Amino acid sequence: MLSYLARRFVYTVPILIGVSLVCFGLVHIAPGDPLVSVLPPDASADLQKVMLAIYGFDRPYAEQFAKWIWRALNGDLGSSIATGRPVTDEVIKAVGNTLRLAVVATFIGFLLGSLFGFVAGYFRDTFVDKLASALSVLGVSVPHYWLGMVLVIIFAAQLGWLPPTGAGPGGSSDWEWDWAHIRHMVLPAITMSVIPMGIVARTVRALVADILNQEFIVGLRAKGLTDVGVLLHVIKNAAPTALAVMGLQLGYLLGGSILIETVFSWPGTGNLLNAAIFQRDLPLLQGTILVLALFFVFLNLAVDVLQTALDPRIQRA
Amino acid sequence: MTSLGKVLCGLALTTALVTAAAAQEKTLRIGMTAADIPRTLGQPDQGFEGNRFTGIPIYDGLTQWDLSKEKEPSGVIPGAATEWKADDADKTKWVFKLRPGVKFHDGSSLNADAIVWNVQKVLDKAAPHFDPSQVGVTASRMPTLRTARKIDDMTVELTTSEPDAFLPINLTNLFIASPAHWDAKLKAVPASVTDPAERSKQAWAAFAADPSGSGPFRVTRFVPRERLELAKFPEYWDEKRRPKIDKVVLLPLPEANARTAALLSGQVDWIEAPAPDAVPQIKSRGFVLYQNAQPHVWPWQLSFAEGSPWLDKRVRHAANLCVNRAELKELLGGMMAEATGTYEPGHPWHGNPKFQIKYDPAAAKKLMQEAGHSAAKPLKVKVQTSASGSGQMQPIPMNEYMQQALKECFFDVELDVIEWNTLFTNWRHGAKDQSARGANAINVTYAAMDPFFGMVRFTSTKTFPPVSNNWGYFGNDEFDKLIADARTAFEAKARDAALAKLHARIVEEAPFVWVAHDVGPRAMSTKVKGVVQPQSWFIDLATMSME
Repeated sequence: MLSYLARRFVYTVPILIGVSLVCFGLVHIAPGDPLVSVLPPDASADLQKVMLAIYGFDRPYAEQFAKWIWRALNGDLGSSIATGRPVTDEVIKAVGNTLRLAVVATFIGFLLGSLFGFVAGYFRDTFVDKLASALSVLGVSVPHYWLGMVLVIIFAAQLGWLPPTGAGPGGSSDWEWDWAHIRHMVLPAITMSVIPMGIVARTVRALVADILNQEFIVGLRAKGLTDVGVLLHVIKNAAPTALAVMGLQLGYLLGGSILIETVFSWPGTGNLLNAAIFQRDLPLLQGTILVLALFFVFLNLAVDVLQTALDPRIQRA
Repeated sequence: MTSLGKVLCGLALTTALVTAAAAQEKTLRIGMTAADIPRTLGQPDQGFEGNRFTGIPIYDGLTQWDLSKEKEPSGVIPGAATEWKADDADKTKWVFKLRPGVKFHDGSSLNADAIVWNVQKVLDKAAPHFDPSQVGVTASRMPTLRTARKIDDMTVELTTSEPDAFLPINLTNLFIASPAHWDAKLKAVPASVTDPAERSKQAWAAFAADPSGSGPFRVTRFVPRERLELAKFPEYWDEKRRPKIDKVVLLPLPEANARTAALLSGQVDWIEAPAPDAVPQIKSRGFVLYQNAQPHVWPWQLSFAEGSPWLDKRVRHAANLCVNRAELKELLGGMMAEATGTYEPGHPWHGNPKFQIKYDPAAAKKLMQEAGHSAAKPLKVKVQTSASGSGQMQPIPMNEYMQQALKECFFDVELDVIEWNTLFTNWRHGAKDQSARGANAINVTYAAMDPFFGMVRFTSTKTFPPVSNNWGYFGNDEFDKLIADARTAFEAKARDAALAKLHARIVEEAPFVWVAHDVGPRAMSTKVKGVVQPQSWFIDLATMSME
């Protein structure tokens, strides 16, 4: 197990190097002026030159990359051009906010998705299956930002039951798990959960249907196991794949859905990326993408390890 | 009464008093269009929305905009300076007399040293408090300002690179931060940080989180990207602008539908730029919509580069006469003002242009026919625009309307839609640059609050790309002289007259197709009273009250 862990960890190194290169490259290839947030377009050419030099954008790309990656290795992602605040602080705070939302959304999505999936798989080709499948297809297909807007119109603008924006009455800095704060999370979490719900449901349905057709199920029934006993075996066999899907979904949601976080003004990574893109804030953009990519890589690693623990055959493979 | 009874009575009384005090506290909550809180350290970013919410309420300038009138254009009035005058012998030197008794929120005095310090923060690279992040937004808005010198405690001398009568207007953009407060922040930087530039940077970061200006509101809480809380500053020097509202909460809500929902659900009392489709619903729910023409122009800026179809003045005039702006206004739900130039009649800089911009399709067609064009032989033009962007209003429907309207007058308009920041960058590169991709007009909106930004940068031969935004290379000796005349007219009336002359000639030569002025729509709860929406990008929070 340890050697497997070590091997998987070593595999991540070239991925991380590639991620940082792609991240730096893509951000710099994008058109636009990196100083647009601190320098109006009517600034003189001389002033533009001075500012480029001050921020180091007049240096060759290789030099800029080397400096950036060296600082990043030391935990310093630089300062935001637009705000002057340290990127590390900004990203950590945003990741915390997105993590809170993503975990809740994934939990809701996994719970409902598994339920719909099991029900649909267990009662295959019945009305229950069709209903559960329809719900999961809806979850995958519906544009989530549109769903978010509809929920806001109904529950915030019309009924006034829930707040439409923000992460708490005083902002996310004073977050507490009380109703005053949680009510800000209800609409974005439900909107966000629709994506993993649909995907998990479809995956689990296929898995359950497949497992139920396998010979060992006939064996279990022949041994006299009850339906509940058989179901427990089905769950255990479906769990590794379902967990892997959930892990991936959590990874995607950690990237912060730009659209959902923008619709709900949720101060997470999606919102941060949105602001960084529109302000051409290169250090902030690079830092956020890098941190999210690292998160994704390590999350995949964690899921792989968990899968191996649940099903040792994977390790042997 | 027993001891327990007394305690309970005391508690009840205290609770009642606290509740009453909280109930009486008047809080105004505003949903901004910005994606982040504009910078709070003195020189805001996020364009004029930054000046509106984290500049003017928190800081004073030497001069300021008069935001008390809605019927006439905003003019420049005294701020932290009570009077100013250019030196008779050397017009590059200006003497500003400061207002006595002005205090910063930290209690220190606003004096000549503070003015010198604030000029140095953006212009003197050797100054310990020089802040590169504030240079861009400041230096570009006062391009001729060079130095400041203290004459005495209440008098300061500013020097410009050339005689420049526009300086008092430009100075509305220099917000005066407290040097004493910054010094305190610098002292609090850990001694382990030894690099002076890094110490300065950290001091500015701390200052931004807890700023001190001398404006009518002071910052009480700052949660980056989420909220900024301001409290009234009861010692503000201008009695008429001493706030009646106790607390202002500013929330960044960049998405129009989210802002609208926040207003409709009662989460905020005021939103900037409501979603246009939601305006009827907003009104039907009892909210008030305020709007007024802003010094903003939504134009097509035309190319005068070799081979441009706009080189023929008849074509430029025809395009200006072919747009039914009233119809376009209807299309936008009334949220625009019709543009007949950069400045409208009634504005001191409008002048008397001989060419009148109006909707006259017959005259437009006649001009086009004279220029050799017809329905069978339309004139091909290409316009670069964006799908969205600050101040762009609704660029796609508006440009498609233009495309349709000009077709009636024998124009064949091709639209080249690119990303907003790219368009903004291209604006600087000019029509001859390959970034124009063959376009001979560009649709970038502009602010026209001061004469440099409203006229000079588009008509001077000194502002050809890449120096400034004369994208179309329009200009000649006549215009350079008109600009020089205005820049050297140091008496306000003479300066306005010179600017009116310049504007009239610009309209006559038509280097733009003028289409619309934004009206800065904002929707508010009826609880917000005393709202004056001036003909400005700004609005004064200090004179408002809450029911």
